[in-house]
Amino acid sequence: MKINKSVEQSIQLKLLLPVLIPVIILSVFPILRGIYLGFTDYRLGSSINFNFLDNYSHMLQDRYFWRSFIVGFIWTFAVTIGQIIFGLGLALLLNEKFKFNSLTRVLILIPWAMPPVIRGIMWRFIYDTDAGVLNYFFISAGIFDTPINWLNSFTYTVPAIIVVGLWGEIPKSAVFLLAGLKTIPKDLYESAKLDGANSWQEFRQITIPMLKPILAAIVSLSFMWNFNTFGLVWVLTQGGPGGTTRLPMLAAYEEAFRYGNVVFAASIGNVMIIAISVVLYFYLKKQFKERTN
Amino acid sequence: MIFLSFPLIWAFSLSFKPTPEIYSDTPNIIPVNPTIEHYNTVFSEQSIFQSMYNSLMVGVIATIIVLIISLPAAYALARYKTVVNKIFLGWTLTSQIFPVIIIMVPLYIILRSLSLTDSILGLSLVYIVWSLPFVLWMLQGYIKGIPFELEEAAALDGASKSEIIFKIIMPLLLPALGATALFSFISAWNEFFFALVLMKSQDLITLPVDLARFTGMEGQARMGPLAAASILSTIPSLILFGFIQKWFAEGLMAGAVKE
Repeated sequence: MKINKSVEQSIQLKLLLPVLIPVIILSVFPILRGIYLGFTDYRLGSSINFNFLDNYSHMLQDRYFWRSFIVGFIWTFAVTIGQIIFGLGLALLLNEKFKFNSLTRVLILIPWAMPPVIRGIMWRFIYDTDAGVLNYFFISAGIFDTPINWLNSFTYTVPAIIVVGLWGEIPKSAVFLLAGLKTIPKDLYESAKLDGANSWQEFRQITIPMLKPILAAIVSLSFMWNFNTFGLVWVLTQGGPGGTTRLPMLAAYEEAFRYGNVVFAASIGNVMIIAISVVLYFYLKKQFKERTN
Repeated sequence: MIFLSFPLIWAFSLSFKPTPEIYSDTPNIIPVNPTIEHYNTVFSEQSIFQSMYNSLMVGVIATIIVLIISLPAAYALARYKTVVNKIFLGWTLTSQIFPVIIIMVPLYIILRSLSLTDSILGLSLVYIVWSLPFVLWMLQGYIKGIPFELEEAAALDGASKSEIIFKIIMPLLLPALGATALFSFISAWNEFFFALVLMKSQDLITLPVDLARFTGMEGQARMGPLAAASILSTIPSLILFGFIQKWFAEGLMAGAVKE
């Protein structure tokens, strides 16, 4: 089939048209519009005036804004790093033949398949101050004397939501990393064995380098997804106590849809884009350098 | 493994415990006096039943439409190599970076002007666009795996492009289409943020939004029914997910490797 480029492109565009129209109206346009709104003084129903960086100079002096981004970063880094380490461990385990292999494979689907809202609800049952099984466990083990209010405490709430975040995300990483492990040729390990390598050396010299590309992809995607978490934390704490778990998305939602401050939400969104891009830029640059060396 | 499975087991156990037992001082995993009263409560309450039905409708509408429009598009991406492919790849990746809050406000305004807020169709449209990058990515990966010679033979027999797509590619793609359909249904069934913002009437809200409302003060007293409802709403995702899990990871890999 030798057709020239422009004919080919027009056929392709025709086939893509049913997808392009909804994407442009409901994705591309709102994104660009949203970014623009972050640089204006728009309020629902009023006219739009461009005001350049005013919103951001206000925001930088806003204590709530800083608190929300700091807890956002703590949450994102903790969950992303944790899910990769534990996910890799789980994937390595599943890649070996052991007794409960197929059972475990089914079990790890549970947190992943569950709606995030339900994940939150189920953990509320565990964290519950009076009826929660966690307090029962800690008190009968003699670690604490009185019940802890896990989801309403300045000390424990952030770690508590991170545990729930990990619970939902570890299986996701494990499944993708397992798919990655399956692509590593077996004979690499066999020849390493012949050279007398132990399993730690095999892991360092073969598994990690071979997994690098897929690891980079999972780290980047997880980082973006975790930074954008909403439903899970909303159900667990609604951002409380005292805003200690008010992740950027929760702050933006409250501003826009509770107080009608849509510009503030759009500005937070813009800062989130920049924050994510900067982190990913440095991470991927480092990855790329390592690979070319 | 205990960490991963315990919360579900615990919720499962709660959902069968009579209310006094839920609050007893010595919790048992196996209910002493098992009861199905909480499930009866869930089914007799109009609200949860209605929101389950809404979630089902949104999921089905979104899934059917997204498959119909993605099949030709995925074919176009798999079989032609033009500048469009690069744009598509760029959009797939960058659309992940933008926080949904950026898109939410303008999207709300657009949908409101089309009277599509607080509407099952409106929410379905949002889910279609939302699951498109993944659906296209997976489908085009599978299509690349289908030998091109099959099409050439059909083209020589005078088959048109749409005949090729729907009569030759589609039957070969059925398992992949099934997996993709399940994926798109589950993402709609699980989604919370768009549904929370766009749906306001009590009789139109989806299941996650309805359940999230239970977690306020009144929810504390109603742990049993909430546990029962959570179990019920997890079951569809879990069953469907069991089917596609393998396809899902492989499809993503196929899309990536054959690029």
